[in-house]
Amino acid sequence: MKPDDPGITWIEEPKLGLSGRMYLPLLVEGLSTTVKHLLSPKVTVSFPEERPKIGNPLIYRGVHRLNKDHEGRVKCVACFLCSTACPAHCIDIVAAPSPWPDREKYCESFTIDELRCIYCGMCEEACPVDAIELTSLMDLTGRSREEMVFDKEKLLSVYDITKDAEPMKSIAMGGTV
Amino acid sequence: MSAEIIAALIKIVILVGGLLTAAAYLVLLERWIAAWVQDRRGPNRVGIPLTNIRMFGLGQPLADGLKFIFKEEFTPGHVDKGIYRLAPIVILTAAIAIFAAIPFGSVIPPVAGFTEPIPLLVVPELDVGIVYAFALSSIAVYGVILGGWASNNKYSFLGALRSSAQLISYEIPLGLGLLGVVLLAGTLRLDKIIEEQASTGIWNVFLQPLGFFVFAVAATAEAARLPFDLPEAEQELIGGYHTEYSGMKLLLFLIAEFLHMITASFLIVILFLGGWHFWGLTGGSEMSWLTAILRIVVLAVKIMAVIVTFMIVRWSWPRFRFDQLMSLAWKVMVPLGLVNLVVTAILVEYRKSSATAGGSESFVIPIVISWGMTLVAWVVAGLLAPLASDNTPRRAAAPFDAESELT
Repeated sequence: MKPDDPGITWIEEPKLGLSGRMYLPLLVEGLSTTVKHLLSPKVTVSFPEERPKIGNPLIYRGVHRLNKDHEGRVKCVACFLCSTACPAHCIDIVAAPSPWPDREKYCESFTIDELRCIYCGMCEEACPVDAIELTSLMDLTGRSREEMVFDKEKLLSVYDITKDAEPMKSIAMGGTV
Repeated sequence: MSAEIIAALIKIVILVGGLLTAAAYLVLLERWIAAWVQDRRGPNRVGIPLTNIRMFGLGQPLADGLKFIFKEEFTPGHVDKGIYRLAPIVILTAAIAIFAAIPFGSVIPPVAGFTEPIPLLVVPELDVGIVYAFALSSIAVYGVILGGWASNNKYSFLGALRSSAQLISYEIPLGLGLLGVVLLAGTLRLDKIIEEQASTGIWNVFLQPLGFFVFAVAATAEAARLPFDLPEAEQELIGGYHTEYSGMKLLLFLIAEFLHMITASFLIVILFLGGWHFWGLTGGSEMSWLTAILRIVVLAVKIMAVIVTFMIVRWSWPRFRFDQLMSLAWKVMVPLGLVNLVVTAILVEYRKSSATAGGSESFVIPIVISWGMTLVAWVVAGLLAPLASDNTPRRAAAPFDAESELT
């Protein structure tokens, strides 16, 4: 685009007033802003001792968990909707005939590669039985890549850790208990 | 060895040790203030090594120093080796040597072997104190130019070029701002200038407001602090003249930079803010250990206040563009300094004549005149040489036709 293009609207820079040209008033204005921030409460926290406040843990997208039903069984019905929805292809499910009469299949193994996951929450959206959910655990660490591949037991244990703080989606919230 | 030499050596040890420690802790303070201004917490982890005691991060300078010592000291193949090694030495030596002429307190009562009070000044009775300090602060430019030239790198070279232009330009307003004080005190000795302010009880900042503004701005530019940090502007020059330096050599540059800031604060406090004097606190002419220590503390507190102001200023205003920097120096600061010099000369003459006429010395008229002059000069400078320049692209010029050029 050329400078004389009719599509360009030229805006004149506003002229500085007297106080602006004296520089000192603007200087004091800048200084007062800085000092105000210098004295104001800080927004960061001392992380490992102090946890950052998570707005609503129920909708935070952290580490996954596999929910259990009231009998302590895994809720997953191995429908593969989550792994289909997953844009990062990080969910790997092995289905097997269900030993329980209320469903046809269940997941024999259920692995999520937490390093591949992009924490988009699509699996949670896709799950028809609210078996997979994202918790508010946000400081996931590990010493090896293998350790960061969460299997079924680990995902179920995440549920045990977080179930009190973050209850499963209830019927009231549109969930299936 | 005479007692004077031993005393001087002790003073040098205290001063150099204190300055290097102060420079290390100023890095911490700088990081703290940077963090606080940005609503962060800043370094607060490192405390006593091998324990869990944190002490608000006061161990950070030690960790920083260790890091610098153990870092690889890489010398790029394309540099001019000799000058490359010389530059940090020049800049740090000059930065430390300035303090030979700068008093870091008043006097202490006589101790072993002395009959006179010992002045807290490495070279007492140096009649060219200010000239010496200015000469050495100008040598800092050599360190910057040598470093930038030897680095054989465009960024470094641009940084050094800018730096030399900036430092040389701001030497003039620095000197002009200072001359008013020298006229008032009638001496070039820094300790005498403090004593003059202490004896009258009126700091030079009240008599020389315009000189103070000019000097403070020029000193900020001399110390290459924001908003005048063009020599090293990280965003534009990735560090400027010390881009190619690493390890201890870089540390020497950084220490020198902080020492320049300490020097600027010392000079501002000594010349304009009364040095060690504070009304009703620092005593009269009789010296006891209490007053001696109080004076050192008062001086240190004032210097800290100036340094903290420097650091807050850093986060308040954006960097000047180079043409704005130059126009500020030559079109605003130099004329203001000259006006201040002339008015001060007239005031000094007036005071002399009124003293010979037998009138009592009054500070009311000089103060009123100098503040009125400051106001008028400031407004005139602001109206005649505005810092904001026209940034709009030149529309009138024929647009460049790339297509016809190519065909």
